Amino acid sequence: MSLFTPLRNPANMFTALVLVIFALTPFVAPLIGESFYITVFARIMIWAIAAVSLNLIIGYGGLISFGHAVYLGIGGYTVGILAFHGVESAWIQWPLAIGISGLVALIFGAISLRTRGVYFIMITLALAQMIFFLAVSAERYGSDDGLNILARSDFGVSFFSLQDKMTMYYTIFAVLVASVLVSWRLVNSRFGVVLRAAKSNDARVESIGVATYRYRLTAFVIAGMMCGIAGLLQANLEGFISPDMMNWPRSGELIFMVVLGGMSTLFGPVTGAFVFLMLSELLAGWTHHWHIIFGPFLVLVVLFARGGIAGLLSRGVRRG
Amino acid sequence: MDYVLLTEQVLNGFQLGIILFLMAAGLTLVFGIMDLVNLAHGSLFMIGAFVGGTIALLTGSFVLGVLLMIPAMLVIGIVVEMTTLRTLYPRDHLDQVLATFGLILFFNEAVRLIWGPEGLVVPLPSWLDGVVALGFGITYPVYRIFTIIVGLLVAFGLYLLVGKTRIGMLIRAGASNRTMAGALGVNIPKLFTLVFGIGAVLAGLAGLIITPITQAAIGMGEDVLILAFVVIVVGGIGSIRGAFIASIVTGLIDTLGRSFLDDILLFFMPSNAAESAGPAVSSMLIYILMAAILFFRPQGLFPPKGAGG
Repeated sequence: MSLFTPLRNPANMFTALVLVIFALTPFVAPLIGESFYITVFARIMIWAIAAVSLNLIIGYGGLISFGHAVYLGIGGYTVGILAFHGVESAWIQWPLAIGISGLVALIFGAISLRTRGVYFIMITLALAQMIFFLAVSAERYGSDDGLNILARSDFGVSFFSLQDKMTMYYTIFAVLVASVLVSWRLVNSRFGVVLRAAKSNDARVESIGVATYRYRLTAFVIAGMMCGIAGLLQANLEGFISPDMMNWPRSGELIFMVVLGGMSTLFGPVTGAFVFLMLSELLAGWTHHWHIIFGPFLVLVVLFARGGIAGLLSRGVRRG
Repeated sequence: MDYVLLTEQVLNGFQLGIILFLMAAGLTLVFGIMDLVNLAHGSLFMIGAFVGGTIALLTGSFVLGVLLMIPAMLVIGIVVEMTTLRTLYPRDHLDQVLATFGLILFFNEAVRLIWGPEGLVVPLPSWLDGVVALGFGITYPVYRIFTIIVGLLVAFGLYLLVGKTRIGMLIRAGASNRTMAGALGVNIPKLFTLVFGIGAVLAGLAGLIITPITQAAIGMGEDVLILAFVVIVVGGIGSIRGAFIASIVTGLIDTLGRSFLDDILLFFMPSNAAESAGPAVSSMLIYILMAAILFFRPQGLFPPKGAGG
């Protein structure tokens, strides 16, 4: 399977279009006098990274984690707390943020992967809320109100500074492309084959002598670390962290981005995040009460648009 | 240790446990029987508070608010079940999570449109407002005692309904083997609708009961929902008895942890460390408990018999 499958499939065309928009926005947006789109798309790309990471476990592993936003929070809070104490070097912040995300994912995964089905959904949710309430109770770091981060991560070199808008934007873009590449390599490796096989029939894979628990746990940890990167980027972009970035509705939204774009497809989470957030932005600009439309929209997508955008567009091809 | 404070906090913990049980009972029945993950159960908690609170304010009678809330929630529960949730039974858990997540957004916004963003303050009737002396110098608000009694009565009624009546027998049959019960002539869809309606009434009751203490607010059901999830996971999905015991334990641990953990930590660490660690650890306490229980008993404390895991 090649990453660059022909663009004859409308789903792939749509993906390519979204990626081109991401790549060119910093040049096009100022020309049409809409510079704020640079921040909007930077924000969307960060969510897309988180959604790509979630797709690894939900889409390919069949593990419905309802607490994935917690790693956004952990990545963000690691950067924020270090900056608060005067540690601004990216060489310390980033490895720590990724490492702590991985460690938390290891602990949470080890506990929750012992269970299945509904139990798994609720335990991942509860464990994530535990960290959320921990952040709420941390008065030193702003409790509910959150914490302003005065300076972005410092790489200590003159030619690469995240204070520069373009550098920040293209760093996020590069991380997004890298995370899709990583998940492509993972999914098509032996590791990915075991993961997908365990999703479709766990007992069979176990019976030929593969300990699926370890594979699932590894996938859970990789996804946590990847989402931790999204969190540290978010903290850097917004210059602000608060418990809300890991509150449970964020986890629900992440799942929705994955499903909307198309589960277990490589670029589905990217297009899903794009459509989800653009639609939110549009509706929110139209009416203050946009949730009254958005809520039923979510229900309808679940009931009628199986396979998400990727599924819809691919079906269109087969008919045509 | 201060025994007056201790008694008060034990009672408060008990009260939280009762509220949790009213939520968890409906949730665990819906899970156990219909295998449905319903995130919107928290919305029913909120709607019960707003609907019952409005009736109480209009009629000037809190009791009338409670009594009229019951048929209202039954109707709302049945409508929600028949319009949306029914189509979700054959779907996988992921679809159920997402669709009911969408319902939460809808209900929150609908309440904001109807009642405005401020929420609703419902005053206590005068005969429930005040404190009662429990002896040994301990006083406790009448209303909180009233909620504990109502909760215990409902729990007992639910026990009788599920354990001793014909409907309860059908519910238990549906929970242990849906297909077999259906084959034996039980009208499963009708049973589901009824069970969901009962769950909606219980959630609404919990929401309305808490309203005079806090107030009715948008999204008020969501934190309670997550605690109720912890409760049913710990108690064992589908088990009313497990839900009751786990509710009380969770309510007590959460409340007592928040009031006394600082003091307990003082035995182990210097005072400034205990003061900062206290709130952090106590907010995590019940989740740690849940993780510990699941580590040893992945099916919860009281997995229902014959439900096939």
